[in-house]
Amino acid sequence: MERRVVITGVGVVSALGKNAREFWEALVKGESGIGPIRQLDVSSLKFKNGAEARNWAPEEHFEAKQLDFVDRFAQFAVVAAREAVRDSGIEWTQKLREQTGIVTGSCVGGKSTEDTGYQELYLNKRQRISPLTIMRSMGNAGASHISIEMGITGPAFTLSTACSSANHAIGQAFRMVRSGDVEMALAGGSEAPFSMGNLKAWEAMRVVAPDTCRPFSVDRLGMMLGEGGAILVLEPREAAIARGARIYGELVGFGMSSDAHHLTQASVEGPARAMAAALQDADLEAEQIGYINAHGTATQVNDPAEVAAIRMSLGRHAERVAVSSTKSMHGHALGAAGAIEAIATVLALKNCTLPPTANFTRIDPRCDLDVIPNTARHAEVEYALSNSFAFGGLNAVLAFRAPR
Amino acid sequence: MTDEMVGRVISCVAKCQKLPPENITIDSKFEDLGIDSLDGVNILYALETEFNVSIPDDGVLGIKSVKEAVDALDKLITAGGANGAARA
Repeated sequence: MERRVVITGVGVVSALGKNAREFWEALVKGESGIGPIRQLDVSSLKFKNGAEARNWAPEEHFEAKQLDFVDRFAQFAVVAAREAVRDSGIEWTQKLREQTGIVTGSCVGGKSTEDTGYQELYLNKRQRISPLTIMRSMGNAGASHISIEMGITGPAFTLSTACSSANHAIGQAFRMVRSGDVEMALAGGSEAPFSMGNLKAWEAMRVVAPDTCRPFSVDRLGMMLGEGGAILVLEPREAAIARGARIYGELVGFGMSSDAHHLTQASVEGPARAMAAALQDADLEAEQIGYINAHGTATQVNDPAEVAAIRMSLGRHAERVAVSSTKSMHGHALGAAGAIEAIATVLALKNCTLPPTANFTRIDPRCDLDVIPNTARHAEVEYALSNSFAFGGLNAVLAFRAPR
Repeated sequence: MTDEMVGRVISCVAKCQKLPPENITIDSKFEDLGIDSLDGVNILYALETEFNVSIPDDGVLGIKSVKEAVDALDKLITAGGANGAARA
């Protein structure tokens, strides 16, 4: 028999703050974490703004020696996992450690570490680079450091599906807990894409806005890169109730699809099928969905296609559902995006408050849904979807239920 | 082997391990300093950079103390001075 899966702990490092409390406070205020990029000199870049982790000071979280071995992206994963585990009140036993899984998402891994090494080779004409380069830059570094630090010995792996990475990761962890493969899972993602090489690659794609991120607005100019990490603790509902855990909400469905269409051109059918698959997995009707945390990147291509996909999958109910893109506040954290947005969605359901689409000006007529412009809204919603659609046409959608 | 060279090796080890240099002597064994195999390759990299030499892979396994590191570097620098072959 399939088990019900609940969320009992959350941890977030993002442009909106160092923890879930700061994150939620900013979301409710509609406060954007987007600003001038500070961690490197961006004078040669066309865009100057990003959503960097706010007040991030790695030395507050790691010993100096440890920091030599942990890239920024993995630091985010570890710190988010520590918060989520602390928050969940888990009391570890040897058996539970063996029955706990870790699934993380990351799109680019330790790009800053690689960049530093390549500068040594190609720019400084050095013959060798740091032997810690591989250990710091491997995509699974976040999952590995969490496992090592917490002594978790169950299945652990990392998924990389560009902007859908964390949703795919949470979805796989959800299925492992639901089926009984594991008794608990730490799932989410982390990303730190602010290295010059990677920023230049994004610049070349001409999809990053020069100012800010305005999803669904007619004058939107593109996406805003973000960074951070987010981890959720998933466990069977019965076990959570038995140990008296605080339940944030329930993860009720997961749907995936691929477009088989184009690397960057957004498909309508693919995302619509992923949403429909999530509804089916959760045994829900479209009319039961009260909120969608959209992929909402604010590129010219994504937003109208996503709105069309919402209409395709929800039918007439699309005109009534509330939709927002919290990327307007925490930026597009790529492989961490789905996890950050999953936590935004879970907190929205739990706190009966839907976070807005910030920086909103005027609706793009092709995106004319209820996009919760600029101001958070009180609403008791029972079910919500959280969308992630990746470059390469890989789609992953999570369905959540309020804890009530 | 000179005192200056020993000092530079100790300084590299201290920097990599985040240890006070005064806790390290020529007689310190890597194991006693908490240096594991990954720390070890990191220290060798720091030494290669500091002394501008290339430590061959087959010479690495024998280096398990400050003294062995100093001896290995001494040999490489002497050989390098003769024919330049070991220079990075």
